[in-house]
Amino acid sequence: MKRHLLSAADLDRDDALLVLDTAEEMRQLADRPIKKLPALRGRTVVNLFFEDSTRTRISFEAAAKRLSADVINFSAKGSSVSKGESLKDTALTLEAMGADGVVIRHSGSGAPHRLANSGWIRGCVINAGDGTHEHPTQALLDAFTMRRHLGELDGRRVTIVGDVLHSRVARSNVLLLATLGAQVTLVAPPTLLPVGVETWPCETSYELDGPLPKSDAVMMLRVQQERMNAAFFPTQREYSRRYGLDARRMGTLPGHAIVMHPGPMNRGMEISATVADSARSVIVEQVANGVSVRMAVLYLLLGGSEPALSATGEPAVATASAPESVPA
Amino acid sequence: MQMPARTSGGPSIGQAGSTVMDARDVSRALTRIAHEILERNKGAADLLLLGIPTRGVPLARRIAAKIAAVEGFEVSVGSLDVTMYRDDLPLRPARPLEPTDIPAGGIDDRVVVLVDDVLYSGRTIRAAMDAIGDLGRPRAVQLAVLVDRGHRELPIRADFVGKNLPTSPMETVRVHLDEVDGDDAVLIESPAVASGAGGRSERDTR
Repeated sequence: MKRHLLSAADLDRDDALLVLDTAEEMRQLADRPIKKLPALRGRTVVNLFFEDSTRTRISFEAAAKRLSADVINFSAKGSSVSKGESLKDTALTLEAMGADGVVIRHSGSGAPHRLANSGWIRGCVINAGDGTHEHPTQALLDAFTMRRHLGELDGRRVTIVGDVLHSRVARSNVLLLATLGAQVTLVAPPTLLPVGVETWPCETSYELDGPLPKSDAVMMLRVQQERMNAAFFPTQREYSRRYGLDARRMGTLPGHAIVMHPGPMNRGMEISATVADSARSVIVEQVANGVSVRMAVLYLLLGGSEPALSATGEPAVATASAPESVPA
Repeated sequence: MQMPARTSGGPSIGQAGSTVMDARDVSRALTRIAHEILERNKGAADLLLLGIPTRGVPLARRIAAKIAAVEGFEVSVGSLDVTMYRDDLPLRPARPLEPTDIPAGGIDDRVVVLVDDVLYSGRTIRAAMDAIGDLGRPRAVQLAVLVDRGHRELPIRADFVGKNLPTSPMETVRVHLDEVDGDDAVLIESPAVASGAGGRSERDTR
């Protein structure tokens, strides 16, 4: 059967390293006069975006085009979805058009899983972010960026700070980094840590100043106001003082440590402008690496007669959270 | 994860297959190729040796060392992975990529000598020429192989050949190199043995 990339937990250590090594080769392409490889010639990749995105959609589009695939972009705005078309009918339309790969972003956790396992389409499904569940290619590009700066990740300490509750990036990163042997510490106010976080393969802390001096990488998460339906912290000012990364806190990091952010940033909220623009910040590099990593994923899933990744995409519903039901 | 079928090495193969070149034969052949490259190109200026992974890369390095010993200066060596240019890419499971390493200065206006271990169908070399086309425009592209076993499926021939080895398509030619396999040798295996041992079939056998 076809395989999919739905969760960072789908990747075992060998798979994850294969993606990262392949991305390393793909990255060389950026320095070449002709930024194009013929690997996916004649294949069709559909970007199915039910939720707003700048970085991820452009990144997947660039990745697919650099591999010579045909790309169809679909965004829910301006499509029949706004007339009430269901995910199923949209999927059947894509199948009729012969999509070999479907990159899906959806506000409903579990939508990619539904798409992959309902028999609606035959192509590979790649999760580009579903609700508050997972965003595996973001975790891969974060790991790729860390690996370039820090070497192999075994035993490295990564601190992920902020709105963990609503963050699919945090979930995927915890799973992938644990697979790669890194030690992850999640830092957030108690209200922004999900129920069941104690079962995740990581440590947690309610304060930021303790873990920072031991961190090899610190990843600031965006405070996702649009997903917040209650008061999770008293004021933005208080949040920023307790959990924001400013120049003083950055000074307590070890000399080699890097500062990351999956974007988009709220400057002045979780990260100060000074930090975001400092030499330690690899935020712009993360975006560039995203294209290489997505090329690697697309190549490994779609490049041959069958995928090179052993991931099955079978009910690997991550330990992190149970997907909510998605209306078919 | 699927790794390409690699030769496993080991004594059992030596017993089963027949050795057609030993370490000294390989060394002599490479020395001759090095001299022929110099003769043909009237020196080593602008020369760039690109090995095709896996075993083309150490071969390219060895030829470069021999050229350097004659000419007295270093010759550029790189590696060129052709996996994504192969015409059978969609027919087989996706394969891991091998390193591509083009020396600084690129390939424009240089004489590129492709180096591979076995020349068989010629499809690898076609893929390599497509890959080169995306990297730049060399002044010339030449081909050096340790073994030419015949059975071409494309109009491609080698400029420098270590040994012409008439084979049956049923047979498997294995090249062992010290850097990869721990010893230097070229072996021919008969069908019965080859099917049992897996064979060096990842690239040109088809």
